[in-house]
Amino acid sequence: MSMNRRQFLKLASVSTILGVGSATAITSLGRGGLEASQASPDPKALKAKRWGFVVDVGMLKTEEDYQKCIDACHNIHNVPTLKNPKHEIKWIWKDDYEHTFPNMAEDKIMNKELQEKNFLLFCNHCANPACVRVCPTQATFKRKSDGIVMQDMHRCIGCRFCMAACPFGARSFNYVDPRKDNAIKVENKEFPTRMIGVVEKCTACYERLAVGKQPACAEASNGAIVFGDLEDPKSEVRKLMAEKYTIRRKPELGTQPSIYYVIGGGEHV
Amino acid sequence: MFERALSGSNRYWAWIFFLLAVIGVGFLAYMKQLNEGLGITGLSRDVSWGFYIAQFTFLVGVAASAVMLVIPYYLHNFKKFGKIVILGEFLAVSAVTMCMLFILVDMGQPMRVLNVVLHPTLNSVMFWDALVLNGYLFLNIIIGWTTLAADQKQVAPPKWVKPLIYLSIPWAVSIHTVTAFLYAGLPGRHLWLTAIMAARFLASAFAGGPAILVLLALLVRKFSKFDPGQEAIQSLAKIVTYAMCANVFFFLLEVFTAFYSGIPGHAHPLVYLFAGLDGHTKLVPWMWTAAVLAFASIALLVNPSTRQNEGTLKIALVGVIIAAWIDKGMGLVIGGFVPNPFERVTEYAPTMPELAITFGVYAVGLLVLTLLYKVAIGVREENGAVEH
Repeated sequence: MSMNRRQFLKLASVSTILGVGSATAITSLGRGGLEASQASPDPKALKAKRWGFVVDVGMLKTEEDYQKCIDACHNIHNVPTLKNPKHEIKWIWKDDYEHTFPNMAEDKIMNKELQEKNFLLFCNHCANPACVRVCPTQATFKRKSDGIVMQDMHRCIGCRFCMAACPFGARSFNYVDPRKDNAIKVENKEFPTRMIGVVEKCTACYERLAVGKQPACAEASNGAIVFGDLEDPKSEVRKLMAEKYTIRRKPELGTQPSIYYVIGGGEHV
Repeated sequence: MFERALSGSNRYWAWIFFLLAVIGVGFLAYMKQLNEGLGITGLSRDVSWGFYIAQFTFLVGVAASAVMLVIPYYLHNFKKFGKIVILGEFLAVSAVTMCMLFILVDMGQPMRVLNVVLHPTLNSVMFWDALVLNGYLFLNIIIGWTTLAADQKQVAPPKWVKPLIYLSIPWAVSIHTVTAFLYAGLPGRHLWLTAIMAARFLASAFAGGPAILVLLALLVRKFSKFDPGQEAIQSLAKIVTYAMCANVFFFLLEVFTAFYSGIPGHAHPLVYLFAGLDGHTKLVPWMWTAAVLAFASIALLVNPSTRQNEGTLKIALVGVIIAAWIDKGMGLVIGGFVPNPFERVTEYAPTMPELAITFGVYAVGLLVLTLLYKVAIGVREENGAVEH
């Protein structure tokens, strides 16, 4: 069959329109399919308006008590152990009073016991997070439903603006391949490992909350880390805060951290 | 017009191939970085931006400085800048190109760079920075090329260029303001959390940028028949003088607030930079070099006889450039990260591959600059300046 130029153009344009049309149909079908295939949320899932933590390090007596919390988190989240401290990845770690609260540390004649305490530090899941404000791709975002500051390691471009913005040093960057050199001792297949060039941090065990479990650090802490809804006056965290004196790290910066550290016992109140 | 860049002396081609060789080495180092991650740099969890971002910050200033020629020429009809305004615009093109490359090589996942466009985030200053830098690049390419093409044909440039030229003036201010906002809006980084950051950036830009431009103009005069003009060079030198004075003044304002207020956090980064903190003193010699050069070059620039003498002027300009490069590059970026949020000190120094990549990017910028200047000089040599 021979075809002149005009006929060819007609055919080409019609087939293009059809092609585009069918492509659209396929994508919309695909989208519908994805939604339909999504599992319905687990009825056991833990829910809150704004998740928060109350950390009472007075209940952590030994070095192992701290390490248990750290290991519980790092093991299930495939956090690598790297030789070079400059490349360190940490989601939860231990530090002393002076460096946990550097803005209050100039007071050398205060309560000795408090000054010698070690604290557990992790992402504050701020209500007004600076990291989320600066991220150019929304790879880090505050979850609307419960206030968890999330990190999408597949969208992150690795610009590290969030690391400059976070006043709490909660973020780590994958300077080297965490999957290499046996840096992850025993891989947890239920949680993704990361690639080079992305930022990561504590995500409040969103994957455990979804199936009704407490965050791993809280579970391993023997009650030293209590997790609950800061907006619910009847929650355990709010009860603890009513009983004991708690402080937050760098509250003057206005990020509204969601970790409260107990520094005074209930018996004095 | 571009064909002018494709013919030249042996010296021209030797320079081009030298730049290509440096780019090649940088590219190989970058392949290594792409493969192994930013772990091959000196960056760390505590100092998460370093040499790349320092160059980026400095070069945004160089780019913005073109406006120091555009304003006198187009707004005040200062004819003496007529011949060299093109040199400023093409320098801006080269500088912005380098800025973008430095951002790209600093990224952990550069293949995802389009995520910035796919998920535009208005609350992120980085989104705006990408926007204004791209805009500024295109403005300068279009304006520079169109006016030069008109000059070649000895006709007035088309009317539609004028609005773009006027737009480029606030746009130049915007690129450096937005870049300052990358830093100045972060809570908990004491050195950066200062309202005067953008003003400081502009002052140092208008000192360092025109200083580079004067040296380039002198080079152009030496290697070609195109003479940018004695008066233009001297006027630029005066601009450098005023801007450098403002730059140093603004910096001293920071020093006053940090130390007189007595707030420890505000003083720590400055103490680290100029005296060292907890025994860490890596940047101290650099910062004092910058300080001495800044004051020495101001002395040479303020004094009319040393400013008008080309020999001493050159020394002063090199001093200004090095001082601005240290202060706004490493001093600013590393000083923001030291001490870290826990008031601990982790130091930083670039590694060999990091330096190779940096030189590679600079070579790309110099290549762009060489090609564009070759075209511009060719046109100028042919018909001198056309005043319009």
